[in-house]
Amino acid sequence: MTDNPPLLRVQGVTMHYGARRAVDDVSFDLWPGEVLAVVGESGSGKTTLLNAVAARVKPDAGRVGFMTRHDGMVDVYSMSEAQRRLLARTDWGYVHQDAVQGLRMNVSAGANVGERLMALGERHYGRIRTEAANWLQRVEMDAGRIDDTPATFSGGMRQRLQIARNLVTRPRLVFMDEPTSGLDVSVQAKLLDLLRTLTRGLSLAAIVVTHDLAVARLLAHRMMVMKEGRVVETGLTDQVLDDPQHPYTQLLVSSVLQP
Amino acid sequence: MKVSDLPPPVERDANFNFAYLDERTKRMIRRAILKAVAIPGYQVPFGSREMPLPYGWGTGGIQVTASIIGPDDVLKVIDQGADDTVNAVNIRRFFQRTTAVAVTSVTTEATIIQTRHRIPETPLHDGQVMVYQVPLPEPLQKLEPREAETRVMHGLADYGLMHVKLYEDIARFGHIATTYDYPVMVDGRFLMAPSPIPKFDNPKMHMNPALQLFGAGREKRIYAIPPWTSVESLAFDDHPFEVQRWSEPCALCGATDSFLDEVITDDRGGHMFVCSDTDHCRLNRQDDDR
Amino acid sequence: MYVAVKGGERAILNSYALLAQARRGDASVPELTLDQIQQQLRLSVDRVMCEGSVYDPELAALAIKQAAGDLVEAIFLLRAYRATLPRLGYARPLDTADMRLWRRISATFKDLPGGQVLGPTYDYTQRLLDFTLAASGEAQAGPVASPQSEAGAVPRVVDLLGNEGLIESHEPSPGDPEPVDLTRVPISFPADRAARLQNLARGDEGFLLAMGYSTQRGYANSHPFAGEIRFGLVDVEIEPEELGFPVSIGEIEITECQMVNQFAGSKTEPPKFTRGYGLAFGASERKAMGMALVDRALRATELGEAADSPAQMQEFVLSHTDNLEASGFVQHLKLPHYVDFQSELELVRKMRAAMPESGAEAA
Repeated sequence: MTDNPPLLRVQGVTMHYGARRAVDDVSFDLWPGEVLAVVGESGSGKTTLLNAVAARVKPDAGRVGFMTRHDGMVDVYSMSEAQRRLLARTDWGYVHQDAVQGLRMNVSAGANVGERLMALGERHYGRIRTEAANWLQRVEMDAGRIDDTPATFSGGMRQRLQIARNLVTRPRLVFMDEPTSGLDVSVQAKLLDLLRTLTRGLSLAAIVVTHDLAVARLLAHRMMVMKEGRVVETGLTDQVLDDPQHPYTQLLVSSVLQP
Repeated sequence: MKVSDLPPPVERDANFNFAYLDERTKRMIRRAILKAVAIPGYQVPFGSREMPLPYGWGTGGIQVTASIIGPDDVLKVIDQGADDTVNAVNIRRFFQRTTAVAVTSVTTEATIIQTRHRIPETPLHDGQVMVYQVPLPEPLQKLEPREAETRVMHGLADYGLMHVKLYEDIARFGHIATTYDYPVMVDGRFLMAPSPIPKFDNPKMHMNPALQLFGAGREKRIYAIPPWTSVESLAFDDHPFEVQRWSEPCALCGATDSFLDEVITDDRGGHMFVCSDTDHCRLNRQDDDR
Repeated sequence: MYVAVKGGERAILNSYALLAQARRGDASVPELTLDQIQQQLRLSVDRVMCEGSVYDPELAALAIKQAAGDLVEAIFLLRAYRATLPRLGYARPLDTADMRLWRRISATFKDLPGGQVLGPTYDYTQRLLDFTLAASGEAQAGPVASPQSEAGAVPRVVDLLGNEGLIESHEPSPGDPEPVDLTRVPISFPADRAARLQNLARGDEGFLLAMGYSTQRGYANSHPFAGEIRFGLVDVEIEPEELGFPVSIGEIEITECQMVNQFAGSKTEPPKFTRGYGLAFGASERKAMGMALVDRALRATELGEAADSPAQMQEFVLSHTDNLEASGFVQHLKLPHYVDFQSELELVRKMRAAMPESGAEAA
């Protein structure tokens, strides 16, 4: 895996909130098709890191390189706004914890999925609709609800729709911020199963921010443990969970095992 | 040539500068117009003045007309296609009072046509200027009310959201349910609100020999379509743009090719359709008499 | 056969005549003079000058007379008049510390240099209708007052707090750039504070009052104190280039309100007080206070506070303050919309025809 160039290269990313360092000098590489979980308790800086890496909030220091399809590795913050927007809606996806933030709630499921296609210039209604129906099926939703708005959907369905809306352009990298939290346990399990199938089936690279080690165990190849803005441990998921080295990781793992 | 069948001219009021606005203001507006012509469809912010007519009643169009009109111009003012609606009369009187220029109701005689909600049926010719009154210049406003955001969308030609709206129409109604102020792409670059003209009039904007200027006074924006510029109504390949059609002709002149207004004739459901463009209707009837 | 209505011109001329008659009312009642309006309806005059953006009591009185007392219409008349007036120059900033005070109160200190001066206020009048006014009898004339002037400059409360470093200071921006002139250049978002204050100063009193009120009811957390309200006369000075020193061109009456708001501080900044600012022509206390509340609410983003209440959203607030724009656009619905409506009518019929079982026959 390491023989190929990475898909994403994060170097020295640092973010301040006032005098506090919310993210402190974080570096890592992500390879094509690899799923990386970023775990830590709330306030550890994991969501701030995700937003910095996903080019949503510019970090105070550091670089975020992405292996583009045509121009090789490019620093996302040196791109023009237009290039960054294009990247964010073609080769990237972003799944919000709260689906309301990632969906247009008063627009039908079909239009939610089709929006990226239309933004890229697709002008054939029939094709957009067919593609939307196809993606609803792939996220295991009833295609008969293509004309319903997300407002009428359950939490789990909204999350599925959000995923379909992101995947319709076949991105190579998806950012996910606590994609399953806030859902019932049984719904969580099904959604995790779907995410696992999709990331494996599409060779999708992903960065999944979660406080739930079970999510990391099920989805991620590799994981990164954050505490107070710093990465305290990183390694293969099973290795970190079964044989944690850092005292903080040991505490996290044991607190899950002994609720 | 009989220039007008309109009421006698109103006396010029010498208390005000020609066309009301001071010359500095006119120059500022002309600069905005030049910029608008240079970037077809782009909304140019301008220092809109408080006019003696209320905001929302055509102050943008009035300021544009006031800054381009000269003593030799011949002005036509229409509202809903008609020269004799109260708002058209009022604006025409304003310009007669402040410029004493010749006015007309005949489309072909006019050098400047100020309009609200219609484009005349008679084709415009080279050298004429259409001035549109615009209430809401931002075509994306109903989808994205924040101007800071719509400005970026225009800058990046990021117009997917507009098609989302059209998609929703088709999904819900089987066809695009926008009937007026139907959004257009100008010169393949800027999404533009054509003002609340019926979509029936949209094709007239495309490759028109006249200069088309749009003024939004309250929202303080001017934009333009230069002569012979491409203006494309948004649509899908498999749901092409269509204009309204009526099943019956104009009850007065028999026209079958014009936009018709419905007139209620009694309280038992009786109604008839007549041309919205009063000059076009009058011409048709004259031709019949001959 | 029915023919579309002609005669818009005659209808308009007739409406002018009817309007003039309605404005004058019963001709046996003496006509109002501009002096009477200026002297006896001074608060109306002040509001029209303030939102009309011209300090000219006589023109404001004329506008009120012509508008039959409709103040928003009077503001419109004054604005349309001022729109094409030439700019002869710009005044120096008003020095409100040097105000000759009619009134000066602070809700934050019991006593302070310069004292509390109640002045002419309705605040403590016990709002009982005074029937002696109805009988044209003037109420008892008290001692004739004049503004406090001899005592010299009365320090502003915010300056007293500022000496201790307890309140933010407002230094001019680096390079002291010329502020944007909103009557010449349209506002663009995000708007800086100079542009926001100009917009609010011309804004509708009722709108600012309601928005300010909303911040006190939980829609924005601003914890305001009326640090100081002062009303009086200030000199307007210009500095002609050829002279090189300022000369006074007259004095105007203004109301200034400085709201003092707590600010919890951040990691980098210690807690201190922040300000909201209101300024209005004449005796316009309600306007100045509403403006100060809204000004402070609009600074939420700058101060790192959440900005999710209406009064904190600058595009929402600043786009809707102007009563000319609001009144014009609401009332433009009176204009003919036959063409748009015809298009909608045709669409609704078409859609109803497409679903015959929908009960269209029942209509």
